[in-house]
Amino acid sequence: MEYKPIRKVVSGNYAAAYAALHARVQVVAAYPITPQTSIIEKIAEFIANGEADIQYIPVESEHSAMAACIGASATGARTFTATSAQGLALMHEMLHWAAGARLPIVMVDVNRAMAPPWSVWDDQTDSLSQRDTGWMQFYAENNQEVYDGVLMAYKVAETVNVPAMVVESAFILSHTYDVVEMIPQELVDEFLPPRKPLYSLANFDEPIAVGALATPNDYYEFRYKLAKAHEEAKKVIKEVGKEFGERFGRDYSQMIETGYIDDADFVFMGMGSLMGTVKEAVDLLRKEGYKVGYAKVRWFRPFPKEELVEIAESVKGIAVLDRNFSFGQEGILFTESKGALYNSSAHPLMKNYIVGLGGRDVTVKDIKAIADDMKKVIESGKVDKEVVWYHLKR
Amino acid sequence: MNTLFGKTKEEAKPIVLKSVDEYPEAPISLGTTLVNPTGDWRTFKPVVNEEKCVKCYICWKYCPEPAIYIKPDGYVAIDYDYCKGCGICANECPTKAITMIKEEK
Repeated sequence: MEYKPIRKVVSGNYAAAYAALHARVQVVAAYPITPQTSIIEKIAEFIANGEADIQYIPVESEHSAMAACIGASATGARTFTATSAQGLALMHEMLHWAAGARLPIVMVDVNRAMAPPWSVWDDQTDSLSQRDTGWMQFYAENNQEVYDGVLMAYKVAETVNVPAMVVESAFILSHTYDVVEMIPQELVDEFLPPRKPLYSLANFDEPIAVGALATPNDYYEFRYKLAKAHEEAKKVIKEVGKEFGERFGRDYSQMIETGYIDDADFVFMGMGSLMGTVKEAVDLLRKEGYKVGYAKVRWFRPFPKEELVEIAESVKGIAVLDRNFSFGQEGILFTESKGALYNSSAHPLMKNYIVGLGGRDVTVKDIKAIADDMKKVIESGKVDKEVVWYHLKR
Repeated sequence: MNTLFGKTKEEAKPIVLKSVDEYPEAPISLGTTLVNPTGDWRTFKPVVNEEKCVKCYICWKYCPEPAIYIKPDGYVAIDYDYCKGCGICANECPTKAITMIKEEK
């Protein structure tokens, strides 16, 4: 069958819901929270209309939502959920369970700032706070990447048996309508065949216990297996991303998408919808003669260390844009990327710009101003200040 | 007696995993407690004195594990593969036929 995309004008949240539908998810358990709610509302609509054969489990909290997903996934079902901010934080304990039990659940997290003060707007600190749970994390730049990301996340997750989070921005993507090229069901089915589970609790002839007590004599080996699965995932992500490109025309074989890096003095590095603005700004800056590029981190876990080293070797500086913050230290991507480069031969000048927390707009004008500041860093050959709270009212 | 899912303890071989490659990919049990003895954290172990035992089976009823079984001769015996050494049997025995003694390992 020849690939002819079905173009629909949808919000980021509806793109996520359609991707879950096309991935033929079998179980959905979720709890409403702004700005995620319209994802699960749309899925409920698919079920009510008879468009989808999905077991929908209403629950009393996000902790229970993830617990229900774990149970469903442990029977071998393809399982989906979605949440945001406080809801994701409430899931925290269960996130460790899902990854430790090696269940390839896919969840969409709509990035929303953590309270207080109460906020419903875009901020990456919620998902990045779940860094060490063992989940993979994919950051979408636009609605198309939300849709593609969910489909690829299932394929990668079910290959390495590790759960995956697909992350999109509050409102900037979740409630903003854009054209999304969707894939005919038949072709999605070819790309994403039914799940082959590692084990199943529904096999009553061979009963098993999952996640039972492991003494100090055994626990260590299981942690190593999960660590190795993340390493393996790097390879699988590239393969799946390449296959996706060959089938549907959008290549995701790079864990870090780059632009203009060949002759760039410095690059902007960041994640999510923010990078759409950066690309726009870089196009304009190039016309004005700035030797600048961009590096959009698509997958934050597993962390694309090798790709980052390659990029860092070719530039003099990296301006890391963090729409998140780790209190007592700095932006989270900044810490991660410096750590990844420490033992490599690449030591570019690195400066951290804290931007857009709680949905503060990050505009092309802002990126241009940061470019001017970073240009001074490159020219002087030293980082004047490591971390800058860019928008701060003074 | 001492069967789980139709298999007996005598048939089961304990599982010993020597290298990381022998471990399952996910933390799932490789068998029931037949191959995973759970009685290795005792400090005190119960010992039955058959001269005092009156075969009332109160210990058998109270054992939470259960790690007490009734032998063909009617007396009770302790299954040390699963006994955690909680001492409930010794506490409940009306004739003080069960004593807890410190285990040397």
